[in-house]
Amino acid sequence: MADLATAKPLQNEGKKPFWTETRRSRLTAYTFISPFFILFSIFGLYPIFFTIYLSFFKWDALGPMKFVGFRNYELITSDPTFWISFSNTLIMALMGTVPQLIMALFVAIMLNSALNKFKNTSRILFFMPNITSIVAVALVFSTMFGNNGMINWLLNTMGMESMAFNSGWWGVKIAISTMVMWRWMGYNAIIFLSGLQSIPTDIYEAAKIDGASRGQQMIYITLPLLRPFIIFVTLISTIGALQLFTEPYVFLGQSGTGSTRQEGVTMVTYLYSEAFRNGFFGTAAATAVMLFAFTIIFSVLNMMISSRMGGDTGGKKA
Amino acid sequence: MSTAAVNMKRKKPDDARIIVKILFYIFMVLGALASIFPFYWMFVIATNDKSAAFHIPPLLVPGTEFFNNFGRVLERTDFFRALLNSVVVASSVTISVVFLCTLAGYAFAKYEFPLKKILFVFVIATMLVPVQLGVLPQYVIMAKLQWIDSYKALIVPAMVNAFGIFWMRQYISSAVHSELIEAGRIDGGGHFRIFWNIAIPVVTPAMATLAILNFMNVWNDFFWPLVVLKNRENYTIQLALQQLFTNRDGLDFGMIMSATFTATLPLLIVFLLFSRWVIAGLTSGAIKS
Repeated sequence: MADLATAKPLQNEGKKPFWTETRRSRLTAYTFISPFFILFSIFGLYPIFFTIYLSFFKWDALGPMKFVGFRNYELITSDPTFWISFSNTLIMALMGTVPQLIMALFVAIMLNSALNKFKNTSRILFFMPNITSIVAVALVFSTMFGNNGMINWLLNTMGMESMAFNSGWWGVKIAISTMVMWRWMGYNAIIFLSGLQSIPTDIYEAAKIDGASRGQQMIYITLPLLRPFIIFVTLISTIGALQLFTEPYVFLGQSGTGSTRQEGVTMVTYLYSEAFRNGFFGTAAATAVMLFAFTIIFSVLNMMISSRMGGDTGGKKA
Repeated sequence: MSTAAVNMKRKKPDDARIIVKILFYIFMVLGALASIFPFYWMFVIATNDKSAAFHIPPLLVPGTEFFNNFGRVLERTDFFRALLNSVVVASSVTISVVFLCTLAGYAFAKYEFPLKKILFVFVIATMLVPVQLGVLPQYVIMAKLQWIDSYKALIVPAMVNAFGIFWMRQYISSAVHSELIEAGRIDGGGHFRIFWNIAIPVVTPAMATLAILNFMNVWNDFFWPLVVLKNRENYTIQLALQQLFTNRDGLDFGMIMSATFTATLPLLIVFLLFSRWVIAGLTSGAIKS
């Protein structure tokens, strides 16, 4: 220590000052990025580890914590409502995203088409749903999906039976997935559109000269080159779908009991009511950990499926 | 013979093209209608009387009841207070996010420093973690800091985010030329001065896009405010809207929609004013991962 202390001033007296240009610019860079890392450590990283820790304790957020081992996980996995929330989340995620992404791709192709003479206007129109709040969406759709609402009127005029959209098992899921689709379809279409625009047009011209049909162009050029965008959008949509909360919470909240109704309970509404309604922070933390595990599993599955899609058609350029 | 065959061949695709064109426009118009109809419906219900939401056949024309409906909103909830809360929270978060994310994005794009790659990958990775994973301890932290029921709980954790850093880095790496920065350094400009005077003016479009996207996100957030706000007078507009819906004495959709419409209108106007910017930003390739 003493040696170092004496060595330093000696070096400084030489040609090299301590604050060289490199050091100064490194320090600046670290300072510029530090707000993120400081805030994330406090409000992101620490809470994540604390949640995992918390999932092994019994706690009501006020009194002392009591270590219970895996008891919380046993409790939630033996609670039928947890599994209902899990299957609801999955069903609504599938219903809300799969058709939505196919439609989004279709819309993106239309928006990009040479036939489209109103490029800017149509983009704005299709993107508009995304700016409304989910609360507003849930409120508007709850009138449309009411027992005597517009959708049932439409079903009736087409000769079909009314559906109980705000209480039936499938009804609730259809209504909620429709809200998700309506809000996100245009957004995803815009992302796909940016992918379409990144494909150079001369590839299509070359294909046309070689006599490729529209369908062939779609399968051999568009889809493979769009693959990174498809992966990105599917990933983001899956993560979003697993976190479904506001739509069921607001849509089913009419009775004042919150979204404890089984038809629409999702993993996050389950977590919310465990923690903030029942005061069981331990089981809520275990739910959060399970949710994270499922998120990772489904993200990996997703990546595997979407990277295989169009993978063997030779579109390796992407 | 051969010319006739050619003519035949040429005629058929033309017919097909017209059909494709017609189908194309039908789908476009239907899609656009589906996108904007709920907004219009919101307005129709907001301007008609109580029973309008379930009128058969559905009402499609605006009425004259808007101010009566909105009057009932003001009786039930402090609508303008909630609106003001949202404006304060969303603006302060947005100003902070745009500034701090631009700074960090600039550092990641234009500086060399040890661990840069790892730190950047870390930033990106944080986007994949569900918010709910940390929400319980976050609540506990807020309680310990005594920030429950205050703007601080909504503003401070949101002051900078990974998406913004990623977004600004992408834009800055291509838009700001390193030669300009070096020239500034040689002329003796400080690091922050160069950032402020050289980088910022070049990246304002990306900052504007980030600002709008962020403002909309914060304005529309529901989960976190629901967790940390207890007192009605601190409610953001989204909580106030939801509160109207949970009234047990029969649902007055005229009132609910007049509130929803009024709360959506400012955002709609801002979006329509800046929409080309937002969408051009989104399609400019800054999303590419």
